[in-house]
Amino acid sequence: MGQAKRIEHDVLVIGAGGAGLRAAIEAAADGLSVGLVCKSLLGKAHTVMAEGGVAAALANVDDRDDWKTHFADTMRGGQYVNSWRHAQLHAQQAPDRVRELEAWGAVFDRTKSGKILQRNFGGHKYPRLAHVGDRTGLEMIRTLQDHGIHQGIDVHMEVTIIRLFKQGERVVGALAYDRERGKFRLFSAKSIVLATGGVGRAFDVTSNSWEYSGDGHAIAYEAGAELIDMEYIQFHPTGMVWPPSVKGILVTEGVRGEGGVLRNSEGKRFMFEDIPDNYKNQTADNEEEGWRYTQGDKNARRPPELLTRDHVARCIVREIREGRGSPHGGVYLDIAWIKERLPKAAEHIKRKLPSMYHQFKELAGVDITSEAMEVGPTTHYSMGGIRVDGDSQMSTVPGLFAAGECAAGLHGANRLGGNSLSDLLVFGKLAGEHAAGYAREQDRGEIDQDEVMAAMQWALEPFGREASAGSEGPFQVQSDLQERMQELVGIVRKEDELARALEEITGLEERAKKVVVHGNREFNPGWHTAMDLPNLLTVSRAIAMCARARKESRGAHFRIDHEGKDPDFGKITHALAKNEEGQMILREDPVPEVPPELQQIIKDNE
Amino acid sequence: MAERKFKIWRGDQSGGKFEDYDADISDGMVVLDAVLQIQANSATDLATRWNCKAGKCGSCSAEVNGMPRLMCMTRMEDLPADQDVRVAPMKTFPVKRDLVTDVSWNYKVKKRIKKFSPRPADNADGTWNMMQRDVDRVQEFRKCIECFLCQNVCHVLREHQKQDEFIGPRFFLYAAALEMHPLDTEDRIDELKEAKGIGYCNITKCCTIVCPEHIQITDNAIIPLKERVVDRFFDPVKLILRTLTGRKAKSKAASNA
Ligand SMILES: Cc1cc2nc3c(=O)[nH]c(=O)nc-3n(C[C@H](O)[C@H](O)[C@H](O)COP(=O)(O)OP(=O)(O)OC[C@H]3O[C@@H](n4cnc5c(N)ncnc54)[C@H](O)[C@@H]3O)c2cc1C
Ligand code: SF4
Ligand code: SF4
Ligand code: FES
Repeated sequence: MGQAKRIEHDVLVIGAGGAGLRAAIEAAADGLSVGLVCKSLLGKAHTVMAEGGVAAALANVDDRDDWKTHFADTMRGGQYVNSWRHAQLHAQQAPDRVRELEAWGAVFDRTKSGKILQRNFGGHKYPRLAHVGDRTGLEMIRTLQDHGIHQGIDVHMEVTIIRLFKQGERVVGALAYDRERGKFRLFSAKSIVLATGGVGRAFDVTSNSWEYSGDGHAIAYEAGAELIDMEYIQFHPTGMVWPPSVKGILVTEGVRGEGGVLRNSEGKRFMFEDIPDNYKNQTADNEEEGWRYTQGDKNARRPPELLTRDHVARCIVREIREGRGSPHGGVYLDIAWIKERLPKAAEHIKRKLPSMYHQFKELAGVDITSEAMEVGPTTHYSMGGIRVDGDSQMSTVPGLFAAGECAAGLHGANRLGGNSLSDLLVFGKLAGEHAAGYAREQDRGEIDQDEVMAAMQWALEPFGREASAGSEGPFQVQSDLQERMQELVGIVRKEDELARALEEITGLEERAKKVVVHGNREFNPGWHTAMDLPNLLTVSRAIAMCARARKESRGAHFRIDHEGKDPDFGKITHALAKNEEGQMILREDPVPEVPPELQQIIKDNE
Repeated sequence: MAERKFKIWRGDQSGGKFEDYDADISDGMVVLDAVLQIQANSATDLATRWNCKAGKCGSCSAEVNGMPRLMCMTRMEDLPADQDVRVAPMKTFPVKRDLVTDVSWNYKVKKRIKKFSPRPADNADGTWNMMQRDVDRVQEFRKCIECFLCQNVCHVLREHQKQDEFIGPRFFLYAAALEMHPLDTEDRIDELKEAKGIGYCNITKCCTIVCPEHIQITDNAIIPLKERVVDRFFDPVKLILRTLTGRKAKSKAASNA
């Protein structure tokens, strides 16, 4: 087994997506030694896949926009169970964070007067998403990466963190293995920022990559941090449904922002049939008005296709269940129709949505400038995650910070499109700043060597197990888990299925402890998956427990046996922590009360 | 569902060979699907990189039937049905294991290129004005997903191994994106000639052909950069002016048009 190579930093940032990069840049600006760790190569994190844009009230396209409206939109979208402090800071600081990217070399699409262009997105009252065609995430991660490499940050690529260590209450280090050679590395740090992204790999149909196994959630939880809001998993309404091998790959909401419409097999725009009361005032009630909105008419209200994602996803599921779906089990998303309205529509579509054009052309053989796409819901985003303080982003474990998708609070029960990329920037920066501040005040802690040895031993166990009849590999357990979660804890949930899910997870946990891996430690995906499995199981249990406890439907969480919102549940946040016996315990905490001046802002925007 | 035969290169620095595998192919499957299926079923230690499965991250570069491709964007039905599918790692980079290569050289090269440095802000709120037509070209270059397929095919790197003197098409593109950025004030022309070896490029356009983002690397980035180098170093009038005034002979907006 040997020794783990020891590496010292002041601040260790785990994850090199938008949140991790932004945190590392901020911490390094303070002159500290900063290490940045990621499982893939630099620049390949999920952030690179983001398409539609980054939300910030720049008011470049509609000067009525301001942080207050953005704040109110975020709270409404989140069904008012968000952490108001996060929502406030996010709305206030996002514009500066986006402008700062421009100073670092980002080249956003422009308005006619040469400013950053903004587009419409679901749940945002005004055109608010700064974007670059439909490859905004690429622009963002590349800008941060190309800026970051000149800031004296030590990047450790293709390295996976598997355990955090504490001295007393405080976090002091982390154990990792490098994927290439399978050697262990022990990071000693005065503070640690988790920016590990989401949990989508717990489900079968997902827009997320292999990286999204909930590592940050799970290792933080194991180290004593609390997780909150885990029942809220966002199912994006529009993923590809055909061909089978691309099922789940995302189709950006930008398609609808540019005028794309949803139709069922009868050719009907079914979104007009079910507009929730709290959005009635803001939603067009006829096709003409909806179209004018997408073309920038300030007096028009948005089309119902741009209602929040939870609602659109459920309407699509209803159409499919009631037999009005498309041949491959989706509905139609049509942007080609705009040729009735716009000259040179095909060119326009290719310019505004180039990667969607290529994605469909090359993967499905569909030309979106002349045909409708087939789409259906796909697991997309985790609103829940590590509980962090709104101002500092510190978790309930001293010295352990979190930002980006792995942290919770901002989005409440449902995230608005574009609010993640801005989340990464705003809270990545704050996490980096406060982690640096914390590191400055601390001495280097001691890591208990016995704990390190035990963790290394645990990691190598799958190699030592004898393969026998009935022994199985990690991929089998993983895919069984994904199927169970999809079936039992998916978009439509109910009591008996959630109870069954929890039993199934217990069974899968046992199986995961016995998986056998072949080959050696060098770049061995079987071994890597064996180590991801416990994390996936931890977050799956967390999701199922919270989903079972929330006996109402709110935002992304939909209970067919408890339809509609329950005001009592609206006051409750579900928090999870590990008890002394190592069990996951669920607690009901009050949703933080919104101060009067912010309540007024919400009212003013109703 | 049809069964297809695969030959996948397995090995490491010390050597390796093509091994045979079978995969069940269904409608619309891409090469990466088949490789991952083989990994899940019969070769759990088969090393390969991937993330997005949609041509957006540039992780899954390999050589499929000898062609440098993204595995996730190579549909099985576009490959000849009567042949085995051969999948090999990119040849230009040292192999780590199986389909995974050591691309760290690229990261080092990028770090050596002078970073973006903008002119002072145009507006009091710290923002700039840029017209869409002035950024179209830069945006084309910034579509690059860093798959390094262009680096893999460029003969200066692949055959002549000039890694020490030549930064390759990806980084000419990167330098061009900086040089043509309307806000940038840095000057990279001298180093492009001296340290970055742009002169080695003989415009074969192989890089452009393999680029999955369809970026016109040669015509839109490399040739204009070469022209700037020529202008600077081989135009006697400019050379004299430069020695006299000590000024950078650079006018971005004009040469972007
Ligand atoms: C297809 C798609 C389109 C999207 N479009 C939009 C959009 O238009 N607008 C928007 O706002 N949001 C969008 N989102 C959501 C948004 O992109 C993500 O939520 C966001 O990028 C997450 O960023 P992050 O920095 O938190 O994590 P990521 O970018 O996912 O980075 C996570 C990092 O953590 C590392 N990591 C994970 N576990 C470990 C470990 N154990 N050890 C070491 N490193 C680890 C990973 O390697 C990676 O570097 C989209 C998401 C997807 C999938
Ligand atoms: S055009 Fe130049 S850079 Fe591109 S492959 Fe040919 S020699 Fe290499
Ligand atoms: S220029 Fe094209 S081929 Fe080269 S790395 Fe970028 S995307 Fe890949
Ligand atoms: S997996 Fe991202 S480009 Fe192929």
